Parts: sequence; C-alpha cells; structure tokens
Amino acid sequence: MAIEHLLISGLGASATEVAKTAATAVAAAAHGAESLSPFMTGFIVFVLACFVGYHVIWNVTPALHTPLIAVTNAISGIIIVGALLVVGKESEADVGTLGFVAVLIASINVFGGFAVTRRMLAMFKKQKR
Amino acid sequence: MHNFFAFVYLVAGILFIFGLKGLSHPESALRGNTSGMVGMGLALLITLFHPDVGNYGWIFLPMLIGAGIGIFIAQNIQMKAMPQLVAAFHSLVGMAAVLVALGTFLIHQAEGTLDNVLMTELFLGSFIGAVTFTGSVIAFGKLQEILKSAPVVFAGQHKLNLAMIIMVFVLGLIFLASKSYTVLVLLTLLSFVIGVMIIIPIGGADMPVVISMLNSYSGWAAAATGFTLNNMLLIITGALVGSSGAILSYIMCKAMNRSFISVILGGFGATGEADDGAMSNARAKGVKEAAVDDAAFMMANASKVIIVPGYGMAVAQAQHAVKEIMHILQEKEVEVKFAIHPVAGRMPGHMNVLLAEADVPYDVVFEMEEINNEFSTADVGFVIGANDVVNPDAKTLKSSPLYGMPILEVYKSKLVFVCKRSMNPGYAGVDNNLFYQDNTSMVFGDAKTTCEKLAAALKET
Repeated sequence: MAIEHLLISGLGASATEVAKTAATAVAAAAHGAESLSPFMTGFIVFVLACFVGYHVIWNVTPALHTPLIAVTNAISGIIIVGALLVVGKESEADVGTLGFVAVLIASINVFGGFAVTRRMLAMFKKQKR
Repeated sequence: MHNFFAFVYLVAGILFIFGLKGLSHPESALRGNTSGMVGMGLALLITLFHPDVGNYGWIFLPMLIGAGIGIFIAQNIQMKAMPQLVAAFHSLVGMAAVLVALGTFLIHQAEGTLDNVLMTELFLGSFIGAVTFTGSVIAFGKLQEILKSAPVVFAGQHKLNLAMIIMVFVLGLIFLASKSYTVLVLLTLLSFVIGVMIIIPIGGADMPVVISMLNSYSGWAAAATGFTLNNMLLIITGALVGSSGAILSYIMCKAMNRSFISVILGGFGATGEADDGAMSNARAKGVKEAAVDDAAFMMANASKVIIVPGYGMAVAQAQHAVKEIMHILQEKEVEVKFAIHPVAGRMPGHMNVLLAEADVPYDVVFEMEEINNEFSTADVGFVIGANDVVNPDAKTLKSSPLYGMPILEVYKSKLVFVCKRSMNPGYAGVDNNLFYQDNTSMVFGDAKTTCEKLAAALKET
C-alpha cells in the first residue's frame, strides 16, 4: 500500500509507533476501498501527512528555520499542478486567463523558492581548522 | 493510467519529505534541497503528460516568465530582506489557490459536475487562499516598511472580524444552495478583507509568528486545493507545509512566553515611541558608558567572548563587521561564540542566515538552550542590538510584562558590553535592568559603525 510506504520512509525512528498505528489504519481503510469516497481517501492521506510533517519538522535544527520556511514555500508551489490541470483542460469554460496567471505566479514560487533556499544553505559553512 | 500518475506523485511527496528531513543538519541540508527539487521536477514533468493537460502554449509561456522572475529575485535579494520575500511568496501561493478554485468551479459548472462536497472544498480553498493572499501582502508591507509596523487597533475590531468570518460562512451556505459563481466571487472578496483585518493589529516584532502562521495557511490552502482536485500530492504537501508553519508558530510563541491567541488578537507593542527623556533618565539611574577602545581592550584580554546579536544588527547590516571582530579575536586566541534567541530578528532563524551570509561558521553559533549555562564562564558578553531577549527582569521581576519569557543569560558574564543606538526601550516598552548592572557598560552608536570601530581598535591592541 502506497501510503504505508510513504510513512515508513518519511518517519524517523522516534515515530515508528505512529507508523505502525497508521499502517494498520490504512490497511483497514484499503480493505473497504471500493466504498471509500474520494474525499475520505484524501482525508486519510491528509491526516497521516500531518503526522509525518509533525515528526519531520520537530527534527529540523532551529539554525535552519529560515531555509525551512523558504523551502516549504517552494514546495507549496506544488499548487502549480492544480494550475496546470485548470489551464490545460479542454473545456467550454473560459478559464485561460485565470489559469495563465495561476501558472505564472506558482512558477515564481517554485523556481524562486528553491533557488533562494539553495543560496541560503550554501552559505552555511563549518569552521576551518 | 491514473494509478501510474498517483504513484509518481507519491514518489514526489516522499522526495519532499526527504527534503525537509535534510534540514535537520546543515551538512545534509543542501542534499535535502536537491531532493525537493527533483520531486518538484518529477511532479511537473508527469503532470505535463496528464491526459487532462493540453494547451501547451498557455503552460510554457507563463512557466518561463515565472521561472525567470523567481530566479532573478532569488539571486538578487538581500538576506536582510528575507522576511519580506517569504511574505511575498506566501501571498503568491494564496492567490494561486484562489485562481485554481475559481477555475475549477467554472470547469465543473460547464460540465455540470458540481456536487456539495466539491463546492465545500472550493469554498474552503478560496477562503483560505484569499486570507493568505491579503494577509501576506499586509505582512510584506509592514516588513518592507511601506506600511507602518505599529499595530492598528480600534474599538470593536474583534467583533467586526468575527462578524465577517460568520458572514463568509453564511455566503458559503448560500453558495452551496445557489451554485452561483457570483456568490463564490463575493465570498472570496470578503475573505480578502478578512486577511487584511487579521494582520493589521499585529505589531512589527511579532512578525516571526505572523510569518510562521502565514506559512501554515499557505500549506492549508494547497491542501484544500488538493481536495478539490483529488490530488494526493497537493494534499500531502499542503499537510507538510501546514504543520511546519504551525510548529514554528508554536515555537515562536513559546520563546516569547505569549499565547498564540494573544499574538493573533494583536495590539502588543502599541507604545514604544522614541523618547528623548529616556537617555537623561538612564544617566540619572546610573548607566555606565564605555568607549570603543575600552571594550576592545577588555575583549582582547578575555579568554572567552560570547556575542549576542539582535534585530539591531540586522537593521544596521553590521554582520560583516561582527565577523571581522570574531576573526581578529580568534587570531588572538580568544574563544568566540554566538548566542541566538529564537525570536531574534523578524523571522525564525533570521540571525543564523545573516551570520552565515557574513561567513560566520555555523559551529560557533549556538541556540539559547545550548549556550545559556556558558555565560557564567564568559569574560565578556557583547550584546549587539538586542534588548528584551536579554532582560533579566524576565526571570526575576514578577510585575514585568516580560516575566516568564526565556532569555539569554548574558547578565551572568563577568563583563557585559551593550551596543545600542540610544536608551529607548525595546519592543515590550519596558526598561532593561541589564543596562544598570555594575558589570554592564553601554557603547552608544549605530551597530555597524561601532563594530567597525571596534574591529579597528582590536587590530591595534
């Protein structure tokens, strides 16, 4: 099961308990997959991802909190995928301009976010001895 | 086919998680960032092959323009301006969420596939997105000093905000019943107003919380968009970003000993206007002044110096001069360490980035918990443009508004030098007892000028 995979890869050793519980929950959910609504699937993924986020973020060193904000900003530019699905769709609705602007500003986020994080992280150096 | 796309999105999500995991140490951080970039590249590439995606002209043109703008800004932004930049970037995520919600509505309306679950998700997506957008724009304005950073408060403010939030939810219900695009636009516009209203009462020095909070909102906005599109990658990423911002908000509030609610309600630090009387009052109370040469002499003869930088260092752009001081002292075999308070600066970790920019190695820079028990073994504690975070009243004086806030215990050093422009109180508007201690001397002046003079004086000793 995909989500199980995600959890185990993402979590540190401290979080194995949560991973086990979560894996059981997902297995139970998968059992009745036919009757599961798309919302519920999304909701399960959402809640589990919050737990993963919680454990991963507490491990981030405070010295890197600014790059953390910058990189989370870059990855939340993933909303560009949503923008692509809107603009790319052959539809009767006139959504071209909306989508164009959405793709443009989300790209600023994605490219600018990763580039500025990279620039910051490259400045962190160890003492030369 | 859809399973294959979902699988690739999952891989991208895992790469994002590894990206965040990398930030647990500066050595693995760059690798982590690369993993995040690979994840993003993968997600973008596969989406281009999605059966629903055509119209490539409308995709590549805005992407190229956006990439150009983004990379240009990233290469040229000053590290001092990082908080503003982050606020600006958050606003873009918010706006994108609004646009995607409106577009998704129009597409489903044309297809006649609107249902209540989808419309609730669209409503939440555009609400959170809109609040993130205008909230971030206001935060940007305050940080860039286009807007006054002082809190804007008026009678009935919180009631008005509450009324507007209730109004948005009423509009949401009307939207569900009417399936009307106009109502969706109306509630988005009202959400824009709410975004402005919730940020204006929050003052400049609470910005670390505001930035973390908007970071969190931008994540929730992305997650809500994920629900409207049933896209697991957006949901995973949104949840990661949302919880990251929430944790940072919590850490910042804790470091100020304030509740999240009291920060959000705002109004703190409304006073703190420049006061000409402060200097003469301070002299009357017996504050000692030291010349730069005295400070240089004491530091050169110390065996351990701990430097405490604050927002004043960032404003004056003194970090390069500070690095020079460190360098000269190290050549004289003086041990130099830096102590960083969690809320120093205008965003979490801001001081660390500024010091890194000036080539101060990260292994001489310490967090509050790591270094607090070392001040008693330091010969000199050197405070540059920090105030409330070193105020001993926070530990001892129960009547102080700062009481209970964790501080850097500089007052335990054998000698303390404080570099400060004037005797004006800090953000909390309270006097700092550190300045009147017997072992403390003030060095008045701009942080950059003072540090440059200090470096020059140190070279001669």
